[in-house]
Amino acid sequence: MTAPLVVFFVLAALAVIGAISLILQKHPIHSALSLIVVMVALAGLYLLLGAEFVAAVQIIVYGGAIMVLFVFVIMLLNAGVEEHTSISKMAGAPGLLLVVALAAFVAATIARSADSIQSTSQAGEMSSTLGISGMIFKEFVYPFELTSFLILVAVLGAIVLAQREKI
Amino acid sequence: MLEYLWIIPLLPLLGAAVNGLFGAKWPNKFVNIVAIGSTGLSFLGALEAVREFFESGQTLFHKEFFTWIAAGNFRAGFDLQMDQLTVVMVLVVTGVGWLIHIYATGYMAHEGGYYRFFSYLNLFMFFMLILVLAANYVLLFVGWEGVGLSSYLLIGFYFLKKSAADAGKKAFIVNRIGDFGFMLGMFLLFRAFHTLDFQAIFTSSTLQGWPVELSSHLGTLTFACLLIFMGACGKSAQLPLYVWLPDAMEGPTPVSALIHAATMVTAGVYVVARSHVLFTHAPTAMLVVAIVGCATAFFAATIGLVQTDIKKVLAYSTVSQLGYMFLACGVGAFSAGIFHLMTHAFFKALLFLAAGSVIHAMGGEQDMSRMGGLSKKIRWTFGTMLVATFAITGIPFFAGFFSKDAILFAAFQSQAGGTILYAFGLLTALLTAFYMFRLIFLTFGGKPRLDEHKVHVHESPWSMLGPLVVLAVLSTVGGWVALPAFFQGPDYFANFLGPVFGGHETAEAAGEIAAHQLELILAGVAVGAALIGLGVAYWLYLKRPGKADGLAHSLKPAYTFLLNKYYVDELYAAVVVKPLLWISTNVLWKAADVAGIDGAVNGIADGARAIGDGVRHTQSGNTRSYAVWVVVGAIVIIAVIFFWPSGGKPVLGMVH
Amino acid sequence: MVPTNYYVILSAILFGLGVFAFIFKRNIITIFMSIELMLNAVNLAFVAFSQALGKLDGQVFVLFVIVVAAAEAAVGLGIIILIARNRQTLNVERVDLLKL
Repeated sequence: MTAPLVVFFVLAALAVIGAISLILQKHPIHSALSLIVVMVALAGLYLLLGAEFVAAVQIIVYGGAIMVLFVFVIMLLNAGVEEHTSISKMAGAPGLLLVVALAAFVAATIARSADSIQSTSQAGEMSSTLGISGMIFKEFVYPFELTSFLILVAVLGAIVLAQREKI
Repeated sequence: MLEYLWIIPLLPLLGAAVNGLFGAKWPNKFVNIVAIGSTGLSFLGALEAVREFFESGQTLFHKEFFTWIAAGNFRAGFDLQMDQLTVVMVLVVTGVGWLIHIYATGYMAHEGGYYRFFSYLNLFMFFMLILVLAANYVLLFVGWEGVGLSSYLLIGFYFLKKSAADAGKKAFIVNRIGDFGFMLGMFLLFRAFHTLDFQAIFTSSTLQGWPVELSSHLGTLTFACLLIFMGACGKSAQLPLYVWLPDAMEGPTPVSALIHAATMVTAGVYVVARSHVLFTHAPTAMLVVAIVGCATAFFAATIGLVQTDIKKVLAYSTVSQLGYMFLACGVGAFSAGIFHLMTHAFFKALLFLAAGSVIHAMGGEQDMSRMGGLSKKIRWTFGTMLVATFAITGIPFFAGFFSKDAILFAAFQSQAGGTILYAFGLLTALLTAFYMFRLIFLTFGGKPRLDEHKVHVHESPWSMLGPLVVLAVLSTVGGWVALPAFFQGPDYFANFLGPVFGGHETAEAAGEIAAHQLELILAGVAVGAALIGLGVAYWLYLKRPGKADGLAHSLKPAYTFLLNKYYVDELYAAVVVKPLLWISTNVLWKAADVAGIDGAVNGIADGARAIGDGVRHTQSGNTRSYAVWVVVGAIVIIAVIFFWPSGGKPVLGMVH
Repeated sequence: MVPTNYYVILSAILFGLGVFAFIFKRNIITIFMSIELMLNAVNLAFVAFSQALGKLDGQVFVLFVIVVAAAEAAVGLGIIILIARNRQTLNVERVDLLKL
């Protein structure tokens, strides 16, 4: 039981508990906080995988921006405890079956092809930040510019949507 | 003219087209000019072609005008030929046809649809000429079908009358049954010889080396000949496909004369005679032909004994005489059969036209029991009809005597059951004489049974009498081409057809003199039979007029049986027609069409609607169920990747 | 070294839990958060494979995924606010105006 393995299991358990908590909580604010726990755990896992830049971005953008946005909206809308209705007939037994089927498929697909993947010990020829930045501005410069455009559109959209109607 | 042989059939076709397209508004005179002119010119063309043929001295003229069908190694062309047999046929068709056209201008003068009648009549001439001039089975079949079509059109000429329309349908359908056999026969011939050209088949080495198919091993040729004979039975009204001919009397009398006496019904005999090379290789088929011909002759004669409609008597007489022709072909005396065909064309056409004249005189009455005592009033009609009756009954030196005699002589000499055939043939001759003279005596003799005040009996115009006289002359002298044979001279007719039939006729019996004496004896017997028939008819209908009814009364069952034509029509209706109708209604209509085809088409529509009805439940308006459907979609895609052979690599494009 | 399989199985588990929440929760915002959970699970798989194959392409893709998730969250929450204003409820089953 090497150290990385132990760390992995701890972080993994944390992530799974957070996800289950997201499902089981009744108030959305508690679900949001559970999600933050998941994200932090995942950031830890990224660090374990040697992706520092991604881990940092995960915390800053996901945890610091997106989840904060979620929490603000929950507070703004004064979301209360979820009421219990069950009008949808599909989201019951069929849904459960489908979830199980989906998980099974995904696991089986991965298991079937996972044998061909062996983890190479990559001690990092270069630090990931350096490498990623190089790739972003060389090979992936076009998608990068597009995503900036995408963010602009999203911001505009959000503003238009959330405007208070002119009285 | 021989090079332009196609003009002979083309002229009537043009006449038919012109009359058909433009004749509706024309006065009768113009229609006459077109119809009689085209047929007359065709007759002149035929004469000229015959003259050229004789002058060139060849035995066969064959010309391919254009290729109609060329498929693989099968070729059917518009090929016409002329040999001695064609000479006889084409002259009979155009000559008698022309006379009947002239007659019809008088007979149909007051009928509606005048132009239509002549258009159809010319169309018939076109097809008949194609039939007799054809040099291969395919083109012959075109003519065969065409005359069937024209027959249907003409029988149902008074199409507003249900019985006439039904008769036309009956004729066409029964003919079709025969045509089915004819086509199968053609297919068999093609399979054996790979061609359907007459000369190619008849002179082919395959045929030369073909063994004669005795009854021990029946082969392709026997079946082909039998099937072609089946077609001939349909077209020439033999057992069991004769039922359409009596009904065909619904058509106008010129139609009965031309089509159902002189020309179309002889097409079957012509085909058998033309295929004589094939038939002589299949003795079983020839025996069948002889037996069917003989049986039909006797059978039809018995029905004709008791009929009261003047045209029906003549119709059954036609069936009977056609039986004689087939009997001749069946025993190998093909030239005798053709000889009888020619003489029959003369006297039967004359009989029908004269009957038409009688009907015209009686103002439309056809029932002989309402006639009588007309001999003094319509002299010319009576005279010509009497000549025809002498001819048909075989009174010496009239046309029918020589031809019928030749047939009976050949039948007597035939190896296979010749005596029985001869006996029935002789009996039929007796019956023929009886019913023909019965017809004469009932119609023309005795006291008038008609109402003088209602019916104004008048002689027909010369447009009608002229052809009668011409045909009467032909009925008298038509047989004289065989006259010299009687006095031990050459038989011109048989010698004339020698190059066509030579070598396949049954040889004369041992010794010329002995054979000739036998022939004279048999001729005498036949004449005796005819005179007996005449005598009985005279006694029953002239001397003791009440006796006939008395006999009918005492032999009531037999009488009704014959009067109802042996109930054959009823039998066919019950055995063939009714089941077919039942099958059509229940199996083909209700099951196959309504349930099957409509059901399938409607079923598809219903299915589409049902699917739509089911699928619409996905659009429930409920967001949570939409979420589930999204997951379903994701699962489908992953399942495809999962189950795709070779681990989904083509789909994922995984790179190592 | 942690075998890659473990990361991938964890990713699968998280994804499954995300789908479960997506189907069974009734609050719109919670459903939205489950989408984020699913995206995160996928990100984990990407990074794990990136490390296994020794290339950085996976991590670049993760960056893009995060960016897009952010944009999507912004717009999505705007829509949620509108829905809440119009229907006065955050229960997704009450948002059924498309129902016949």
